[in-house]
Formats: sequence, structure tokens, C-alpha cells
Amino acid sequence: MNEVVRVFPATLLAQGDAEAPVFLLLEPLSFWGGLDSATGRIIDRWHPQKDEIITGRILLMKAGRGSSSGSSVLAEAIRLGKGPAGIVLLSRDAIVTVGAMVAAELYGIACPVVMAREEDWAEIAAAQRLALQATDDKPLIALS
Amino acid sequence: MALDLSSFDTDMLAGTHGEAAAFCMRLLTRFAEAVGAKEFIDIEAAHIDGCLYLGQVSLDFVEHLVRHKGRVRVPTTLNVGSVDLIHPELFIGAPEIGTGGARLMKAHEELGCLSTFTCAPYQTMFRPRFGAQIAWAESNAIVFANSVIGARTNRYGDFIDLCCAMTGRAPLYGLHLAENRRAQVLVEIESLPEEWEDAGPSCVAVGHTIGKRCGSLVPAIVGLPQNTQEDDLKALGAVAASSGAVALFHAVGLTPEAPTIDAAFQGEPAVETIRLTADDLRRTVRNLSTVPDGTPLTGVSFGTPHFSLTEFTRLMPLMTGEKPVVDIYINTNRGVLEQLAVRGWDRILDAAGVTLVIDTCTYLTAIMRDMSGAIMTNSGKMAYYAPGNIGVDIAFGSLADCMASARAGRVVRL
Repeated sequence: MNEVVRVFPATLLAQGDAEAPVFLLLEPLSFWGGLDSATGRIIDRWHPQKDEIITGRILLMKAGRGSSSGSSVLAEAIRLGKGPAGIVLLSRDAIVTVGAMVAAELYGIACPVVMAREEDWAEIAAAQRLALQATDDKPLIALS
Repeated sequence: MALDLSSFDTDMLAGTHGEAAAFCMRLLTRFAEAVGAKEFIDIEAAHIDGCLYLGQVSLDFVEHLVRHKGRVRVPTTLNVGSVDLIHPELFIGAPEIGTGGARLMKAHEELGCLSTFTCAPYQTMFRPRFGAQIAWAESNAIVFANSVIGARTNRYGDFIDLCCAMTGRAPLYGLHLAENRRAQVLVEIESLPEEWEDAGPSCVAVGHTIGKRCGSLVPAIVGLPQNTQEDDLKALGAVAASSGAVALFHAVGLTPEAPTIDAAFQGEPAVETIRLTADDLRRTVRNLSTVPDGTPLTGVSFGTPHFSLTEFTRLMPLMTGEKPVVDIYINTNRGVLEQLAVRGWDRILDAAGVTLVIDTCTYLTAIMRDMSGAIMTNSGKMAYYAPGNIGVDIAFGSLADCMASARAGRVVRL
């Protein structure tokens, strides 16, 4: 983590560390029916970012959406190395959290998931690059 | 925010009830912390959405539990799988999905789950009772159980649904608690399209809208068609849980926790009111189709979620007369299939060129033989997902419109 400008406290949902460019979802995305786990591509035809690729990015999403099969799709994308590097949410989402937890448990690949505070969202969402430190002790989001 | 564990929970974590239960309790504990629950409660039943082969991870998870001799602790129904085990020849997809999918379904049975393979477990003998604490997965099943039955479940997803079944426990948060079941958004339908006799399209339009506009807030709907039936509410919930994260809606005068507006809101005010007119409903329904009227069809698909016996009862009169010129697929479950056979309807459907799809669903898996043209459906959920999932064009219409179009070979409206 080089030249940290701003650090925000976060709530830990799934453990891990990540630093990567940001991918801001303009609308919530259902991973199931919305993400191709083999390519990391958004395939929901109703989504404004259809055809864009989330692989290796810190995914910013205000909320989860859609089918409960999203956990498997996220875990499979992570297993295949096509998942996001980490995820920042604004509201707790069990589907996203579980997908990341299972990938960590079965394959030992971390995709940290944290929840940001409402008042920090605008600044976080404007960032080009973020670092996540999702640990039991002081989880945080840093602009890097 | 420490989690208060019972001695049974602690025993499971310690491995007293085997490694499979310990593994599940470990995941469940971390999940409970993530969702902010303080304790676990006993559940009466579980519904598992893990039978769909979504990749190696689906199988790796369940095989891990089978290897450790795991067994579910409560009656546990299974959602659809990737293949029709009754008609395996229908599957025309990639072999690894066929074999992986079939193994995944068997592996769940080895854990003691019931071979229901349906996304409408609420229309089987395992329908939960009002007020039951359950752990259900599958977005349409969740919204139906909460809304139409008044059972209590959160939006459990893959893996955690099975963890709840394997432990008989669920974290106490969200919709397990009465105060979180209160309506927050009032949805007033001011007028309905007069030309729609069937309540289905209105319910789908309202469902699509609340999904898009309510987020995860709980809506209470006023003014649905007089002839709205259980299967229309099923369609409403299914599309609402596709276009959004709706886990519970109230339909005033129709669903059990909403005898009145006041009861639905538990005496609190609405945070928002959404007003819908006949034109709004027409526009929403029009936008569900990706092709214009008159487009040639290669198939018609019903039963997303699985067609109930009542829906077949409505369909059978439309089956008499001229034979349809395109393939018709109807997704349903094993229990309904038995009832069709008892009535001799399976033979009538077969003679009309209908393919019954059991254990799975046409919008999920490679079943439909010809997808070179558009597919017509009366399901808002199918219309929402099929273009992305299986790459087809979709025309949406009422049950009667679909049958008329199946005979015309192109999209027609009555």
C-alpha cells in the first residue's frame, strides 16, 4: 500500500487483503444470471454495464440483488481466477458474503468483502484505486 | 457484537455431531456475524438451491459433506437441478454439466434431502405452515413462503441453506423477526388495463415494478385484480425477486399478514408511495418482450416457477383444437406429474406436442431443441432471465396469448 491518502473504517464481512483498481457498479448486479463466472463478464441485458469485466477489480456495490444462486457464481468465478479482487458494499449482503467465504474455505483464495459507512461512500466511489484490509482487528478501506 | 451460542451450537462446533456439522456450523457462525445476528433459532424445514450445477464449486461443497458422512437434521426439500432425472434424454447441454449436475442431485439425496427438485416447494406436501421459522433458498420460493404463506425466512443462498439444514439452526435476524416484516412502501394500483382478463400480466407488471423500485424494502400492494389467485401471486413474487431483492411483499386483503393496510404497516406510516396506472402496467409488460408482435416463434415455455396443478387446470381447456405448430415446454415437479397421469392429461399434452420438463427448468439448462427464433412465455421471471442465461429472444404474454401464438407460429395477441 503506497502513499495512503485517506482511510475509512469498515465492517468485516469476509476476510482478506486486496489492492486494485475500482469497478463501480452503477446498479446492483445479480451474480446469478448477471455474471459469467468463466470470464468475469456482466451478462445481464438490463444492466447498464453489460459486457464489462469485473475480474481483478475492487467491486463497489451499494447492495446485492436477485437470485440466491449468486453465491455459487461468485465462488466459482473466484475459483477460476475471474472474480473481483475484493468487494465493498454499502449494506450487508449475505449472498455476496457467503460466496466469498466458501471460496476461501474450499480453495484458500481470499476475496475480501467489507461494508463501508454511508457518509464515506461518495469519496470511496470516486476513487480510482482502493486497498482493502479485511481483518478481525480494525477492518478498513484505503484510497491508494 | 458477540454471538450467543447454545450448548448444542457449541457441541456442533466442537465436532460432537461429526465433522460435516462442525464445518457447517463454522460457516454459519461467520455468516451470522456478517449479517449481525446475535443468536441462532431452531428451524422446522429447509429448502436447498444447491442442486443446480454452477461449476465445480457446487460439487466440491456437497462432496465435502458427503465424505464426512453428513446428514440433514430437518425435513429438507431440493430445488431444481441441471437435468431432468425422469427424462435425462431431454438434456442437450455440455456433458460435464449433465454428469456433474446429475451427481450433484444424487449427492444431496445422500445427505438425506428429499428428491422434490422443484422451485415451487410451497405447492407440494412440504408446504410450511403460517408462522413457521424456516431456512429457504431460491428467490421465488423465499418470497412466496414469506408473503403468501406467512412462514419466516431470510433470503438464504447457496451453501448457507445447506448449512442450516445440516445443523437445524438459522441465525435470528431479518425476516425471522416480526418487526422486520412490516410494510414500508405503499404500492397503489390506480387503474388496471381493461383488456386484460387474466390477472397474470397485471401481477407480473406490478412484481417487475416493485423489484425495480423497492430495493429490499417491504411493499404493501393495494388494488390487484379481483380475480388474483395464488399462482398470480407466485408470478408476482418470482419476477419481483428477479428484477430486485424483494423477499416479502404484502397484498392487502390477499396475503395473511395484510388483512388491512394498517396491519401490513403495523400501524407505522409508509416511507414512500408508488402509484401505478394501467398505462404503467402496459408499458412494463411491453418491455418484457425483446421482439415485436408478429415475430416468428420456435417455442413456448410455461412453468417458471414450476407449473402447479391449478395452472394445468387452466391450461387444459386451451389444449383442445388445432395442434400447435411450435414446441411447447412446461416445467413442473414430480408430484404434479403424478397427478397429470391420474387424470390422463399427460397423454392429451403429449398428443398436443407438449414436452413436460421435470426436476429442472427451461430457462436454466439446455433443453429446448430449437432456439433459432423467439420463445414465448407467460412468466415474468423467464422473460427477465432467459435472454441472458440461454441467449434467446423472448415474447411475454398471457397464457391464452401464448397458446394462440403457439398455433399461429408467431407472436399474436388475443
